[in-house]
Amino acid sequence: MTLFGRKVPIVFSLAIWFIVWELVGRARLSTIVPPFSDVVAAGFTIVPTEKFTRAAAISLRSFAAGMGLAIAVGIPAGVLMARVPLVGKILGMWVNVFVSAPISALVPMLMAVIGIGETTVVVTVFLFAVFVLILDTQVGVKQADRALVEMARSFGASRRQLYTKILLLSALPEILAGLRLAAIRGVKGVVIGQLLVAIIGVGELFELYSQHFLMEEFWALVIIVFVFAFAVSEAIAFLERRVEYYSGAR
Amino acid sequence: MSARPIVEVRGVSKTYDTGVEALRDVSLSLPSGKLSTFLGPSGCGKTTLLKIIAGLMAPTSGEVFVKGQKVSGPGPERAFVFQEFALLPWASVLRNVAFGLELRGVARAERQRVAREYIGRVGLKGFEHRYPHQLSGGMRQRVGLARALAVNAEILLMDEPFSSVDEQTRRKFQEDLLELLQVEKKTVIFVTHSIEEAAYLSDQIVLLSQRPGTVFKIIEPRIERPGKTPDEIRRDKNYLDTVDEIWHVLKQYV
Repeated sequence: MTLFGRKVPIVFSLAIWFIVWELVGRARLSTIVPPFSDVVAAGFTIVPTEKFTRAAAISLRSFAAGMGLAIAVGIPAGVLMARVPLVGKILGMWVNVFVSAPISALVPMLMAVIGIGETTVVVTVFLFAVFVLILDTQVGVKQADRALVEMARSFGASRRQLYTKILLLSALPEILAGLRLAAIRGVKGVVIGQLLVAIIGVGELFELYSQHFLMEEFWALVIIVFVFAFAVSEAIAFLERRVEYYSGAR
Repeated sequence: MSARPIVEVRGVSKTYDTGVEALRDVSLSLPSGKLSTFLGPSGCGKTTLLKIIAGLMAPTSGEVFVKGQKVSGPGPERAFVFQEFALLPWASVLRNVAFGLELRGVARAERQRVAREYIGRVGLKGFEHRYPHQLSGGMRQRVGLARALAVNAEILLMDEPFSSVDEQTRRKFQEDLLELLQVEKKTVIFVTHSIEEAAYLSDQIVLLSQRPGTVFKIIEPRIERPGKTPDEIRRDKNYLDTVDEIWHVLKQYV
């Protein structure tokens, strides 16, 4: 960002918004916008509470389980779709439908089938995350350099070696990009799942705060969730940049 | 040629799924310990023929025998050097050169020892820990050559290995290759579209016709290379005659 012809660090952009927020809050224009300083203070009060730590633990567990499942299913499915044309044809359309479909609409149905609880949230995270991971893995493996596959064959690579030493590594940049998008969707999945189920984790807290009009706490929680999603995404983006460096100009 | 054949191609034809007929009834004997070249215009099927010998591609009809064994796939007695290098972009020079041995399950210490040796021999000492994108085209091809040498195959299959590098690198590379082969004693099958390159390097030149490729003529340049500098070879009467002879044959269908 540049201001008056000088380069300004990106933090200042955030700072300006926080100042505006503070002023709007101080002016008491709306009850749903408390001053930013009060939100930060509320954040520090809720984080150490047992209620929060338990909610965070449940949410993280659902997120991790759903993402783990998405990786375990998504990457093999993507590889299979890329390598076996028939599988690609059969599943391709469905994956494309689901990657763009509003999965949230399915959550009430999941609740009816699986019940109201953590499992439903895990399945929601899985459904939010898995399709984009499948698609990106498929693209990555499909684009894998054919010359490298031929080279490995010429040196007597086994089928297994072809996958572990060429195809997966070759597709790694795309797989990581897919993983980053999947993780971002996964965070949405946790929040939406828990909001709809409404009795567990962070979703329960959101319900509690908004129903009792605890706006400071509500916004503090929003910021915490945003920061978490951003941090996960940046961590994967960091890995991506490392891989890009090693693979150079592909 | 007196040397016993190490590769025999018998009645090989290849028609692609697209309907393109690349090769028609090609029969050849390639002598052991010599450098043979497939020379012909672009699209004459010379690379196809090389890949069939490598076992990377199956012929539509006909057979290839390597050391008396019928070829049904790649084998440890053959190593391939690719036109576009085909290096692993995520692996260092050291790992790339050792990759053939890695696939064969050779222990890390041993395969790195061998790889270091060949990295030195192709003149890349000091570049072991660089990555392919940090190297020039000529250096990348040296990595490809070192990788093929490291598996210690008797037959080296080279698919237009110098076509992606500039002219001076190409000449230097040709000279180094001849020098290296003096030491290594390998059978080399080399694909090129350059008349000078074929004449400079080869013991036997197989001229292929335009698509569908058939054997048009086989030329054996009798150039006495040992003890001569590259420049002397390029001024040698037999070298110049060979270039002329090839040109006269090729002219018929240009």
